Amino acid sequence: MSYDPALFPEELPSEPEKATLEGQNKFMGLWFFLGGETVLFAALFGTYLALKNSTAGGPSSDELFGLELVFLMTMMLLTSSLTSVYAMYHMRNHDFKKMQLWLGITGLLGVGFLICEVYEFAHYITDYGFTFRSSAFGSAFYAIVGFHGGHVTFGICWLITLMVRNAKRGLNLYNAPKFNTFSLYWHFIDVIWVFVFTVVYLMGKVT
Amino acid sequence: MTQNTNVNKAVDFEKQKNKQEMKMQVVSFALMIVFTLVAFGAVATGAMQKIFIIPILLVMAIIQVAFQFYYFMHGKEDGHGIPMTLIYGGVWAALLTLGGLGVISWW
Repeated sequence: MSYDPALFPEELPSEPEKATLEGQNKFMGLWFFLGGETVLFAALFGTYLALKNSTAGGPSSDELFGLELVFLMTMMLLTSSLTSVYAMYHMRNHDFKKMQLWLGITGLLGVGFLICEVYEFAHYITDYGFTFRSSAFGSAFYAIVGFHGGHVTFGICWLITLMVRNAKRGLNLYNAPKFNTFSLYWHFIDVIWVFVFTVVYLMGKVT
Repeated sequence: MTQNTNVNKAVDFEKQKNKQEMKMQVVSFALMIVFTLVAFGAVATGAMQKIFIIPILLVMAIIQVAFQFYYFMHGKEDGHGIPMTLIYGGVWAALLTLGGLGVISWW
């Protein structure tokens, strides 16, 4: 980035993420992207619902899933959504250090979520022999939950890059929109998870 | 000097506004936790029949998502008309996708 003095005003505006045209475009572009993501996940959910009873003699969703771990994962992701709200609150108050702190907590909760997910998959594969290839249900399950986990992984990489790249810059009109788009993306991942735990896990436990 | 005081007042006003909003967000977070607990509780206790519990679970999920969109993602603030149109366009296409897949699977 070439140095543009307009991006470093002495007094930041109250909504630094939308003060520049670039920021407004990023904001709009991310929402457009999220609209597309909704359709992508709808296709995965539709596939899962159509195939969830095709177990090919393997374990069914009711036998596999344990609600305790899913509950823990839900709480972690839901809390990480709140911590990223806190981060954006501090961004609007121009407190860069507190914003970084809350973003860091968000990232840690995301990592905790991923660890649980990896443990869950390993448990299914080693204890039940339930893999991507064992049945149509297996393929659909790992596709949808894995795709969500992939989004979490991408979000964590995005967050780490943002935090490290801007660690010494402080908050300005150049990077405020970037933090804001990350936070919107992170909330959207939580939105998807709400449907994953409802449709895949809770409805899979109801027989 | 007068000008400075005005600036401070404006900043204080913004901070007050942000604080007020943060309060709403914490309240919506608490409600989301409650909905999650109810959903897990309803399934874990097995107290309800399948035909009742599935619509209830879906309704609670939709309410949670509304909290995310309108409070956490600031959808209720001014200037969110076009983003909300975009996301609802996505939701509409998502419903069509689900409907289409449902029809070819179960019709």
